[in-house]
Amino acid sequence: MSEDTIVAARAPAPGPPRSSAGDRVRFLLRGIGQTLITFGLVVLLFAVYEVWVTNIFAHRAQEKVYNTLQHDWLTGQDPLALPGGKVSAIPVGTGIAVLYIPRLGAGYHFAIVQGSDVPKDAELEKGPAHYADTQLPGEIGNFGVAGHRVGKGEPFLNIDKLRSGDPVIVETRTEWYVYRVLGKPAGADPQDNAAAIPVKPHPHDPHVNRVPVSGREIVDPSDGQVLLPVPNHPKYSSDNATVALITMTTCHPKFTASQRMIVHAELQTQVHNTKKIINSGALPPAIETLYQEVNG
Amino acid sequence: MYVWIWRHLPGPLALKLLQTLLLVAAVSLLLLFVVFPWIEPHLPINQVTVPTK
Repeated sequence: MSEDTIVAARAPAPGPPRSSAGDRVRFLLRGIGQTLITFGLVVLLFAVYEVWVTNIFAHRAQEKVYNTLQHDWLTGQDPLALPGGKVSAIPVGTGIAVLYIPRLGAGYHFAIVQGSDVPKDAELEKGPAHYADTQLPGEIGNFGVAGHRVGKGEPFLNIDKLRSGDPVIVETRTEWYVYRVLGKPAGADPQDNAAAIPVKPHPHDPHVNRVPVSGREIVDPSDGQVLLPVPNHPKYSSDNATVALITMTTCHPKFTASQRMIVHAELQTQVHNTKKIINSGALPPAIETLYQEVNG
Repeated sequence: MYVWIWRHLPGPLALKLLQTLLLVAAVSLLLLFVVFPWIEPHLPINQVTVPTK
């Protein structure tokens, strides 16, 4: 671009027949300057795109998934209640559950979409996406969900604000699952704050019946062990798991791909969901109180 | 480059300004809705998953 600038700027100038060396340097510098300014503006525009334009499209896609899910529930269909309860039978990109996190605001809710084994961009643009080969909501083991941190609907933008003991609620057609962020005491920073998760003892370690899992951890992008049925303890298979966990993954630090932020929560209680509740659009009383708990 | 474009825009000042505005809008829209969506998946930003296998 800088060369174009020099040639272009010189060509129509009929003035003095010969351009001095000083002129040439001036044209060159101007060309470089304009190129750099242009580049800066494009980068600025890209930032606008990331934090604003992608959200517009993502919110629209999320709304569609959410409305379809609500409609399905009210017409007696449940994507999770497929023959045999097979995860692979759930079409990728369809809504399966709704996520509520009281700490992130009364209006915070996202339809969780069924993802691929590792959720792809197309699925993540619709909303937080379920890692297809992890467990389903409420199941013993680990319900893995990935979500964007900045832009693309940014469901997990403020996931670092979660404290130990904070409720993470997953609504399905039949149940409201209340998970609690791991770590003690309630209200503490969950970062590397481990809770002892009960497990069925491994033959090699017959006396170990609890293993530590942190409420929040920052890991390498290749660290898939956080999604294991007993997170970070590859020795234990899904047969050894005795509690239902949810694990949320997102990027860290914001705007980068250098690490992942992981939040683990354990299923504490569940409340039956009914068509009447879904139709009313209101939360069951037992769920409503969880919001006061976080605000109080 | 910008000088060259400005010189080649026809008409009086007002018309030139209008054309400039249109050009800026066109380039911005092209970047926002075509170039960025295409280039973004190739950039090392906003990757939120970990491998499961």
